[in-house]
Amino acid sequence: MKLLVNFSRKKGFEPLIAKTVMETGVLINVERAYIESMSGEVLIDVPDSEASKVCKKLREFGADVERLDNSVKRDENECIDCGECISICPQDVFYFDEEWSIQMRIERCVLCGKCTSACPHGALKLLQ
Amino acid sequence: MEKSIEEINNRIKNGSARVVTAEEIPDIVAELGEEGTLKEVDVVTTGTFGAMCSSGAFFNFGHSEPPIRMERSWLNDVEAYSGIAAVDAYLGATQESETQGINYGGAHVFEDLISGKSIELRASSKGTDCYPRKTLTTELLLEDLNQAVMCNPRNSYQRYAAATNSTENTLHTYMGTLLPGYGNISYSGAGCLSPLINDPNLKMIGSGVPIFLCGSKGMIIGQGTQSSPGSLFANLMTTGDMKEMSTEFLRAASFRGYGVSLYVGLGVPIPVTDIEVVRNVAVRDEDIKTSVVDYGVPSRNRPEIIEVSYAELKSGIVEIKGEEVKTSSLSSFKKARQVANELKLWVEKGEMTLCLPTRKSDASVKVRPMRESKRTPSVREIMNTNVTCIKEEEEIKTAAKKLLRDETNHLPVINNEGKVVGIVTTYDISKAVVRETKQNKVSEIMSRNIVTTSPEEAVDIAAMKLERNNISALPVVDKDGHLQGLLNAIDLGKLFGRRWMK
Repeated sequence: MKLLVNFSRKKGFEPLIAKTVMETGVLINVERAYIESMSGEVLIDVPDSEASKVCKKLREFGADVERLDNSVKRDENECIDCGECISICPQDVFYFDEEWSIQMRIERCVLCGKCTSACPHGALKLLQ
Repeated sequence: MEKSIEEINNRIKNGSARVVTAEEIPDIVAELGEEGTLKEVDVVTTGTFGAMCSSGAFFNFGHSEPPIRMERSWLNDVEAYSGIAAVDAYLGATQESETQGINYGGAHVFEDLISGKSIELRASSKGTDCYPRKTLTTELLLEDLNQAVMCNPRNSYQRYAAATNSTENTLHTYMGTLLPGYGNISYSGAGCLSPLINDPNLKMIGSGVPIFLCGSKGMIIGQGTQSSPGSLFANLMTTGDMKEMSTEFLRAASFRGYGVSLYVGLGVPIPVTDIEVVRNVAVRDEDIKTSVVDYGVPSRNRPEIIEVSYAELKSGIVEIKGEEVKTSSLSSFKKARQVANELKLWVEKGEMTLCLPTRKSDASVKVRPMRESKRTPSVREIMNTNVTCIKEEEEIKTAAKKLLRDETNHLPVINNEGKVVGIVTTYDISKAVVRETKQNKVSEIMSRNIVTTSPEEAVDIAAMKLERNNISALPVVDKDGHLQGLLNAIDLGKLFGRRWMK
């Protein structure tokens, strides 16, 4: 499961993710990180069964945690099932089913946004 | 055995015609044989749904009171061509909005009109005795127009070259986003379902033939502009009534970094009259070859990287130089199937009868490039050949002296073999001075990531390199990387200044 973790520098320079790994014993995969001068946002992937434990710990350390279930939204009225998104996505989220309809493996998405600007029909949007 | 078109039309009218799609026919031919198929199948329907930039529509708005002879006109801020008398205009699909740029264009106006939205028509004129009105603004629905006739100069290419990109930068093209280092392949066309693939000799597909055009019952005018059947790149000029069209089969699109385009759904029914028709419609994706070309080369003649079949392109992975490369389709095969199936229904229900082309098409025609009476200047003609350069092991101070002496800002850096390995600018030196670093060799402060040009390159391409990379000079190097000169933005400015003055 993907979790979007927001933290503020005001709470110090604690190694938040490392501490969470140490204390929960859950292996966290960091997929993207944006660090600004006063705050940061990190996208992490954790096993579904461990998600609540990780959320709880991160919140104890003062971070805001949001579960991402549908990170990219495909507008089925705009999408014409061309497949332009397929080769653009670094995570292989998109694929054709047997009927040549676009399907998504949404759990792989890391919110990079490459597909949203490549889609000629403006059918893909990142949530938030 | 042969079947006449009258025979086929009689079967269509009494509901007994056997109609199949171009995707279904190869298996039928394999099973029944050519003679058996000719006896059994009457019509094969084709279909494609893809970006067809070369599309547009004629509109007649009706006369205003007092009347106007529109000289310029805009639909939702997208300019239409109105040099065709009083209240007519032709709107091209790729024309961009004057206020929204590539996010809205002619194609979007069509989609809005067809989906029932109102469009603002704005027009201006100098005013005459017979047409006194000078300006006009009004809201219009598709139903308010006397005519809205789609008339597309170049649709439904037989096949398309697929695109890839050898450079280190992402390219934004009409073939979509092309990732660096052969990162992906983008292709277009419906393969075995494409109309012209099923009639390469243009015997059944030509002037006057009825077609499916964006949901309307349209017609082929003839071969399209730039049609090149002799090199297997034929295309069609088509027309259809926009009032019968559906957004199910017509969509506007915006390609990042390129512009607006129109997705057109188009299908041609092919009457199965003789064995040659059977052989042609039996084509499979495996049989349809096209080239994958390098869009990283900014030339009319882009080099072919590999030849592939549509079957390989549709498989999702193609191998380039030993590496697996993902493919993306720009056109929709799902929608192409829908077009062919919808057309099949029309013919089965007797809603569309067929005809043979009213004029013969020359299938040997090949498109020619533009004859240019003025040669595009090359970098050689404006580059500065009297260039000072410096070796990488020399001192920064020496570089500074050379820059001052020659009153220049750019110093190409060469290695012992005379190859260009970097560039030092006055900015690099200022930085080194301000930071008071201990560096003292040119190689320590030069930019190694250099953008170069060659003597043969067109100045337009060199100018684009300067603009894209936000730099003001390019070292000019030959094939072996040896310095030939320096191209400065100021030299380019002088050249373009002269060109525009004329």
